[in-house]
Amino acid sequence: MSPHTRAVEGWTLQPLTDFVRESSVRLVLVLTPAGQVLAQSGFARAVDVMSAAALAAAIVASTGELARQLKQAPFGALSHQGPKIGFFLATFATDRGTLAVLAVYDLDVSSLGLVQLFYEQLAADLRAASPKGAAQKQVLAADFERELTDSLNTLFGR
Amino acid sequence: MNKTLDLITRVRGVRGAMIVSVEDGLVIAEQLMEGIKGSAVAALAASLAGKLRRAMEAAGTGTSVFWHLQAEQGALLVVPGGGTNTEGGILVVAVAEPDVNIGLVRLELLRAAEAVI
Repeated sequence: MSPHTRAVEGWTLQPLTDFVRESSVRLVLVLTPAGQVLAQSGFARAVDVMSAAALAAAIVASTGELARQLKQAPFGALSHQGPKIGFFLATFATDRGTLAVLAVYDLDVSSLGLVQLFYEQLAADLRAASPKGAAQKQVLAADFERELTDSLNTLFGR
Repeated sequence: MNKTLDLITRVRGVRGAMIVSVEDGLVIAEQLMEGIKGSAVAALAASLAGKLRRAMEAAGTGTSVFWHLQAEQGALLVVPGGGTNTEGGILVVAVAEPDVNIGLVRLELLRAAEAVI
């Protein structure tokens, strides 16, 4: 397991570790559409996780709204490729609720095709591993900061 | 492109042919028999292309012009085109039976790579 792969919810860890190994991505977040991080790989600083999660959640929300205005189902995946780095963002349903995966990859060690290929496996593994019949916990504003701090402490092994 | 792939898949023992973008590992065109996972072959072949390029650079042999991966139940034959290291680089890929005429498939792959670029 990569020393930088950590999970707040343990059932996400093995699928994420496999995905990182197979697809050679540099950074990955598994999060809820609200921006709550369940697992991360490759991030060294809590502030980077927080900003990446917030931006990913914003993209999920804005593309979801765009799809709604076009009277379409929400987009399945979004990819954006630069000259050296690409990112891939996709959502899928699990028993834990809808989850999003954000993956950042270097073009000289991975590719969109490879990330898409192993993302399908990751989504299937997470669906299979997600806790069955678990009621989704509401995060209250009063608990938000404490939960965020707890999550970041877990993700960075503090 | 389909006409180009036709010429490859007409060779006896070829189970499918595809043109793959090296940069992103996605399928550009394909003609495959049922049961061959085109997107998986494309992604993994493009990944292999990058690793082979680095290996050949390290070995000082220049860029590859043809690969033939023989397995128990078939073979993967690939001709890179347009430079595997640059934007617009492609792979012409054939999936074949183990007893396919390698020389003939290679010839058709090289022709296809020339036609596509």
